Amino acid sequence: MTTKTQTQSNGASKQKLHISGAEAVVKCLLEEGADLIYGYPGGAIMPVYDELYKYEDKINHVLTRHEQGATHAAQGFARATGKVGVAIATSGPGATNLITGIADAQIDSTPLVCITGQVASHLLGSDAFQETDIVGISTPVTKWNYQITKASEIPEIFAKAFYIAKSGRPGPVLIDITKDAQFEMFDFEYEKCTSVRSYKAKPDVSLDKVKEAAELINSAKKPMIVFGQGVILGQAEEEFKAFIEKANIPSAWTILGLSALPTAHELNVGMVGMHGNYAPNVLTNQCDLLIAVGMRFDDRVTGDLNRYAKQAKVIHFEIDPAEIDKNVKADVAVLGDVKQTLADILPLINKNSREAWLNEFAELDKIEYEKVQKEDLYPTKDGLTMAEVLKEINIASGGDAIIVSDVGQHQMFACRYAKFNKTKSNITSGGLGTMGFALPASIGAKMGMPDREVVMIAGDGGYQMNIQELGTILQTKAAVKIVVLNNEFLGMVRQWQQLFFDRRYASTEMTNPDFVAIAKGYSIDAKKVTKREDLASSVKEMMDSKDAYFLEVCVEKENNVFPMIPTGASVSDIRLE
Amino acid sequence: MENRQTYTVSIYTENKLGILNRISGIFLRRHINIESMNISKSEIKSVSRFTLLVKVTEEQIKKIIGQIEKQVEVIKAYYHTDEDTIYQESCLFKLSSQSLIANDEIQTIINSSKSRIININKDFFVLEKSGTKEEIEELYHTLDKHGIMQFVRSGRIAITKDEMKISTLLLENN
Repeated sequence: MTTKTQTQSNGASKQKLHISGAEAVVKCLLEEGADLIYGYPGGAIMPVYDELYKYEDKINHVLTRHEQGATHAAQGFARATGKVGVAIATSGPGATNLITGIADAQIDSTPLVCITGQVASHLLGSDAFQETDIVGISTPVTKWNYQITKASEIPEIFAKAFYIAKSGRPGPVLIDITKDAQFEMFDFEYEKCTSVRSYKAKPDVSLDKVKEAAELINSAKKPMIVFGQGVILGQAEEEFKAFIEKANIPSAWTILGLSALPTAHELNVGMVGMHGNYAPNVLTNQCDLLIAVGMRFDDRVTGDLNRYAKQAKVIHFEIDPAEIDKNVKADVAVLGDVKQTLADILPLINKNSREAWLNEFAELDKIEYEKVQKEDLYPTKDGLTMAEVLKEINIASGGDAIIVSDVGQHQMFACRYAKFNKTKSNITSGGLGTMGFALPASIGAKMGMPDREVVMIAGDGGYQMNIQELGTILQTKAAVKIVVLNNEFLGMVRQWQQLFFDRRYASTEMTNPDFVAIAKGYSIDAKKVTKREDLASSVKEMMDSKDAYFLEVCVEKENNVFPMIPTGASVSDIRLE
Repeated sequence: MENRQTYTVSIYTENKLGILNRISGIFLRRHINIESMNISKSEIKSVSRFTLLVKVTEEQIKKIIGQIEKQVEVIKAYYHTDEDTIYQESCLFKLSSQSLIANDEIQTIINSSKSRIININKDFFVLEKSGTKEEIEELYHTLDKHGIMQFVRSGRIAITKDEMKISTLLLENN
């Protein structure tokens, strides 16, 4: 029951609500603008769900079919909208089921607030029914976490959680609330958090470092940029574009940097890393200046660190001081939010055409096109390729769709060949490589951005890891376009087995169910494509649909993703075949 | 490979549950054994001070400090070499009271080692010693032949020779 009390503070009248902890949780979510959340109820979180029932006109709670689906949906929502995603679960198995999504969010810097119910505080540590130490379990994979045992802690902890999740380098936060704290009545007041004493969201910008960086850029003959998700998280797309265009610097992206710069931009030279493009990988070892912008030199990007850009000076634009010198030593570290530091450096850099240097990229692009892309996109063999499916999606979407990819070969094909005009359009599990990510993440992305086309691309393996979320689509009517590229294999593992394990295909071949029948079972329009002549029309039919749609494309069983940098090799040793 | 050496790590944190778990996890992930650890109040109200001893390379300790400082409730972390600090450990020995009565040598050891008896009864007495790791080890070996009933030593505590401006930092972050 809600009651109101009046308090006097500094002469002003301030209204306090006398409410339960559970109702306070809902009020906190509303204060933070979290009106679309994902979750799964259970015993220890029932008081909060009871309040959600009361507030269902204000908060849309989406019942996913598994708690893992809730975190991935919240991630998809966060990545597509730039807002904080929220996932709720009960204690014990409900809470532990969130962990994969939380770990994924941690490594990909996705802002999440996860709320878990917990057994009553007098039962803590007694191995009570559905009790797990979720704070202990989630500690290594959260930016911050906290267990609430008193209702009065709820407003302050929620305010702090949202502030920490979204500020600086974003990340997941977990709040565990004991059941007695959910029932307890207290006087509720909410104040948003704007600072935490021990936490500095953004490091101070050193203008001296900005000047040093500008001098290096101005004197470089062959500078090259590798940009990551920091550009998107910092909402610095315009500043980044102005920066690269003034100095005409070829710019390559990491998997999570994709879509920060339109694919068609003349300075966009492709993806770096294990399955990245030939030119930016090879020329990483020829540039005289490597400028890292909001990226963390992941091992999938660098290959062998002892042979990575050793000839180049390195400038690192980064918000997280712990990333400086972690993997690659920076000659100049420009700490701060890239939105600010790129704006600061713009007036200090000189205009430059760099035609000859850009031509080197173009020449290597031609080699990659002839040796890899031509056959990927316009195959001479009968079997359908994953790349040609992407080509048709590009044609149908015009590059305006949000592409949510799962993990595996199809993910690499999606990132290599999908065209993007707009930022926040590539949603994939980059750092953790979580199979099963795409289906729930695409639901979150679509619900967060209902006016945009959301196309999910998965393999037959990853699709089945969270296939139950078709039920969430059935219930929410989220108009997600689901594309499964079915090669009846765990394709990426099979490729590695072929190349590095003497074709010993241990447990990678899959006998699959009738995917179309399953989709139809969930009342989703569905079609299966086995022939090239049906592909374009089927993709168009899918994209024209106003509702959710499932498209299975049977692709070549043993198609490989190239280029490829084998583990431990140098980026310039990239293989084209 | 760069040489490993002993570093004292000083970490100032908010006095909150769970921070020990976060800090120890950073070392665990990197397979670095914490040689000793002490957690206490600091000179600032509600701020705890962790003092850890680890044997790593300078490159490793720099990266670890970066990861520690990322933790929301960590205010500041520092690393120091032995030359940068004034440090002590403390230990307690439990020995048989009979050995004290029957053996003059123990009296001499107590006096020369600057240790002190802090508890005595008819069965045993407890000897306390503060000093460097080496001094404590030397005393252990000297007393060992007289039969040590129990022995316990603390983690290192250390004060830096240089100033650590935590109060200024806290003001800046507010």
